[in-house]
Amino acid sequence: MSEQNERPKVLAVSSGGGHWSELRRLRPSWEGARVSYVVTDVAYKADLDSDPAETDYRFFTVRDANATHRIRLLQLALKMFLVVLRVRPDVVISTGAAPGYFAIRFGKMLGARTIWVDSIANAEEMSVSANLSRKHCDLWLSQWPHLAKETGAEYAGAVM
Amino acid sequence: MIFLTVGTQLPFDRLVRSVDDWAATHPDMTVVAQIGAVGTEGYHPKHMESRASMPSAEYDQMCRDARLIIAHAGTGSFIKAQTVGTPILAMPRKGALGEHRNDHQMATAAHFKNRSGIHIVHEDTEMAAAIDTLLAQKPERVELSLFAEESLTTKIRSVVFAKG
Repeated sequence: MSEQNERPKVLAVSSGGGHWSELRRLRPSWEGARVSYVVTDVAYKADLDSDPAETDYRFFTVRDANATHRIRLLQLALKMFLVVLRVRPDVVISTGAAPGYFAIRFGKMLGARTIWVDSIANAEEMSVSANLSRKHCDLWLSQWPHLAKETGAEYAGAVM
Repeated sequence: MIFLTVGTQLPFDRLVRSVDDWAATHPDMTVVAQIGAVGTEGYHPKHMESRASMPSAEYDQMCRDARLIIAHAGTGSFIKAQTVGTPILAMPRKGALGEHRNDHQMATAAHFKNRSGIHIVHEDTEMAAAIDTLLAQKPERVELSLFAEESLTTKIRSVVFAKG
């Protein structure tokens, strides 16, 4: 196995707010890997710059979108495709929402292992983006045992 | 200051009324309430400052400044309280009383209840005593963890570092 494979390239993707906070709490999951973050606001770079544990990362932004804005959704998809092409991740992980879906789709197309961690805020049902991503995921997690049981998602704990 | 918040999706009269009743007998404590869009039929507090919603920056500031947050047992409330390090007293909505579609807030409350700085009551009749108890204590130092549960990050690592 080459050294490249021993330090996998991880693309960690989320939209803003709670999704970003949850993604940050997952950091030990890729300790030792080479991480690239993709988030929806450049302001979040300050969180990384002020964290002494975040010494070596790449940072990209995309503009968030949802299903009601078709054009923005297309722009998001295109930008995400370019980011995935540039990073060539071995692993894509996301807590949601639309940006994560596109990253997982394109990552999978290019052979990455893909992980969805549905937000802890989704205690009643899996998110729309989770359901869209499901068949493209190697690991599809809920943070709620009862939801995992209902949906067939895996459960391994929560971000909080 | 106590900050009461029930989210913006549905009113939660049973909780708002119980805190308003408490506020009536404690005029020395400021209580600010975010109660959602309460219709004419719903309960409008008389002993605390209330509004339907507030901008997120102001909401965050309220959560930070409060001695105690009182809330419905929504994930967002717990996450916010734990993020800013303010103790929270929460009551789950009951589906049978039409306070939500179902009883999922019971599961949410059960998940969070053993954490530092998180307190749960299940009945509005327990609210006043719970507030008194929490205010009588020294302000809690909420122990915050920075990271997800280890079982979760271990599971994810098994895929991130899978030998292919």
